[in-house]
Amino acid sequence: MKLTRLLTDYGMLIVLGLLCAFFSVTTYSDQTPKGAAAAKQVADSIVQQLGPQARVLIVASEQPDDEAFVAGMTSDLNAAGARIVATVKGGPKEARDALVKITTDGGKVDAIACTQVTGAWLVFADLKTDFPALGNPRVILPPSYRWPNFLKSENLMNIANQIAVIAIVAIGMTMVIITGGIDLSVGSLLALSAVLATRFIRDYAGGLEASLGGMLLACIAAIIACGLVGAFSGAMITRFTIPPFIVTLAMMLVGSGLAYTLAKGEAIYQIPDSFVWLGRGADAFSLPNAVVLMLVLYALAHVLMSRTKLGRYLYAVGGNSESARLSGVPVKRVLMFAYIASGLLAGLGGVIMASQLKSGSATYGNMYELFVIAAVVVGGTSLSGGEGKMLGTLTGAFTIAVIQNGMNLTNVESYTQKVVLGLVILGAVLLDKIRQTR
Amino acid sequence: MSETVPLLTMRGIVKSFPGVKALRGVDLTLGTGEVVALMGENGAGKSTLMKVLGGAHQADEGLIAIDGRATPFHSPQDSRHAGVAVIYQEFNLVPGLTATENIFLGQEETRAGFIAQAPERERATALFQRLGVEIDLDLPCRRLTTAQQQLVEIAKALAFDARIIVMDEPSAALTSHEVERLFVIIRELKRQGIGVIYVSHRLDEIFAITDRVVVLRDGINVGERPTNQITRNEMIEMMVGRELKDEFPSRASAVGPPRLEVSHLKRGRAVQDVSFTVHRGEILALTGLVGAGRTETVRLIFGADRRESGEIRLDGKLLAINSPRDAIQAGLGLLTEDRKLQGLVLGHSVRENFGLPNLERLSHRGFVQLTQERKEFAGYVEQLTIKVSDQEQRAGNLSGGNQQKVVLAKWLARNSEVLIFDEPTRGIDVGAKFEIYLLMNALVAAGKSIVMISSELPEVLGMADRILVMHEGRVTGEITDARHATQEQVMSLAHA
Repeated sequence: MKLTRLLTDYGMLIVLGLLCAFFSVTTYSDQTPKGAAAAKQVADSIVQQLGPQARVLIVASEQPDDEAFVAGMTSDLNAAGARIVATVKGGPKEARDALVKITTDGGKVDAIACTQVTGAWLVFADLKTDFPALGNPRVILPPSYRWPNFLKSENLMNIANQIAVIAIVAIGMTMVIITGGIDLSVGSLLALSAVLATRFIRDYAGGLEASLGGMLLACIAAIIACGLVGAFSGAMITRFTIPPFIVTLAMMLVGSGLAYTLAKGEAIYQIPDSFVWLGRGADAFSLPNAVVLMLVLYALAHVLMSRTKLGRYLYAVGGNSESARLSGVPVKRVLMFAYIASGLLAGLGGVIMASQLKSGSATYGNMYELFVIAAVVVGGTSLSGGEGKMLGTLTGAFTIAVIQNGMNLTNVESYTQKVVLGLVILGAVLLDKIRQTR
Repeated sequence: MSETVPLLTMRGIVKSFPGVKALRGVDLTLGTGEVVALMGENGAGKSTLMKVLGGAHQADEGLIAIDGRATPFHSPQDSRHAGVAVIYQEFNLVPGLTATENIFLGQEETRAGFIAQAPERERATALFQRLGVEIDLDLPCRRLTTAQQQLVEIAKALAFDARIIVMDEPSAALTSHEVERLFVIIRELKRQGIGVIYVSHRLDEIFAITDRVVVLRDGINVGERPTNQITRNEMIEMMVGRELKDEFPSRASAVGPPRLEVSHLKRGRAVQDVSFTVHRGEILALTGLVGAGRTETVRLIFGADRRESGEIRLDGKLLAINSPRDAIQAGLGLLTEDRKLQGLVLGHSVRENFGLPNLERLSHRGFVQLTQERKEFAGYVEQLTIKVSDQEQRAGNLSGGNQQKVVLAKWLARNSEVLIFDEPTRGIDVGAKFEIYLLMNALVAAGKSIVMISSELPEVLGMADRILVMHEGRVTGEITDARHATQEQVMSLAHA
């Protein structure tokens, strides 16, 4: 009893956990520390092996990571009291030149601090014979270790960032699907919102010199415009009882067409650099801002669905709209809310996407409605309405993202990825069905 | 019943579901041309036994024999092959198809891959002639009346030469007149040697049509007797396992001043001109044939459908009712005829169903006060003796009687002044019926008013203070002294 309850509530979470474990195992491989972290390890090992008075040559290439390595080495060694004989930034030739120069000057070196890459250079292969005068220095590299590529923090952050837009749009979709409807227009609204926001910034807020307030207003206007499209869909569905599938299919075409018309078929990129704050910035605990926003929205939506009157009404309308109506539930208003919320969130998704890509284009969000619906369904929400959980949708979105990311890491072809993803969606729903009938 | 081998023998049927042993060794025999009444309270195992016979469930143990030969009943196909047709309460008809198409659904006659329409039509006509009725073969089934749909089901059974027909609550949606017609048909089936298992809660019908009564209780046979050797009270006692003094609890009538007044309600043909008044502390019964416009009338009062004209007053004050929400706010409550489709959200918990019309009061700044909701519901569970495993149980898993009590709790918590009960005891067993009647009496004693729609005349006569009879969208008669009225009196008004 307890176990089945657990499975019903957290089944998809368990599947997600298993997927993560699977990809952790399959992407388990040698990792080389880089930058400051590598510097710290090398510095520690020099001080430990040769004492604090060691004379050190630092050798790094011209990679950006190696900048950090050199900076880290310099400060760590200085702090330990070691002497830095010279610092090489370049290729093997520069390294040889430096060694020759030290020998010529009659200098001695106790240790050569290298990165994984520079340490493998041939020039250091036989120092005893080549540069006997140096005093037999040791080449010290950061130790390599084994760790899954999948579980590297950049990768995990990447997954979260990739899925943020879909997950946010899926909040509105979950509400709509819980009422027994569907919203096919979200992908197009995403594009419409991205185009509107960037066009407003370009045309009215001052383009590249747009102020923060101007950008904010432009984004809010774009989001509200999408909310209005949602309201229109809702009105068609409630006033004229046209099936949601048809209404939102029509709005999908209308939205996409409008986006292309407004963008005049091109990408709009005349926007300030600061516009990327929402999509690429990371302020709190180095979490990307879009991910923070996603988590906040999920927390709010979860409370709305589980604790409020409105949430209860959304479920009731989807469970049995006639019973709900005869119990005094304002069914039409509840439906309007769901479609407006879906529109607004799709609009927000579009703004985030524009910020991530620092431009607006009508091609954004193509097929996103399907990914969003997939996230909702994989998350355990029933397409017949009345059942489903907000946090299930978040799990569903992450499941899809993890599968895609894991397949990218394990070099699965993108065509094969589509096949797998399709089967996973089917499997998730099948699992749910089996659980229900048991 | 002949002394030879019976048409159907079910012996020692056992069927368990997770947690429940629904059937614990049930026996049932049926002879050629015999009508057997299968009786018992809800949960006694009647439906399960019939589902085993229909092949919808498989028995864990036991034997089923046709003409004395053991026959497999593993699937609905097996059952059909053995000549068994089960007509469930909810008909198995495709609403958009015509009678002919439904009758031959799954066994279409074809000529070179095309449906042989003319021969099918002829056969359908012949089948209905055999039943002595006429059905428009060109109308989609959803446009036929309930009684006509039932005839289509019977014709469908005959179309594949069924020798055993199970009728589950066949009269539930029929008017008295239609029930009479059904009996004529059952007698005709009997004459043609078909065995009928008749499942019903209505004792009058059992006495009118059946030859033998088989009573189940808690998944086991508790009695079996020829119908003409058993009395009404004996039958009830057998079913409930205790002595039942009266089917309807007595109540001192205390009718007060007018409460709800409706005048000149009108909507299309169903409700042409209806006016009546319900008083404080009164049970007003609204009766008549199915299609007389009773349900349609109360739906107009409740704002479920839009009325073309008419006024509704409560305590003399004109109400502007344009939606159920308005009606509920004004103090009306509606217990719908169909609990499953209109009264409850079956997939949701009983607590959530209870809370639905009361959330305005039970929530604070939009947040539902769960503790308060649980506490109130627990109070009603106790007061109305609702049998639930816990508050999170799905409403769909309750028996009919308990479902009705949950619906009642919804409206009691809402403190509705006027309650409209549409067929309050349909599909509810004898014991639970009595409890519902007691609750209705308690409500009027507390000064509430009740409008009760019922097709069961004994219930109308036993419960109401006053009876209104409707016919074709109009009130055609009123009986002010319901206690001393007779069924014949009511029927003559209904057929006016």
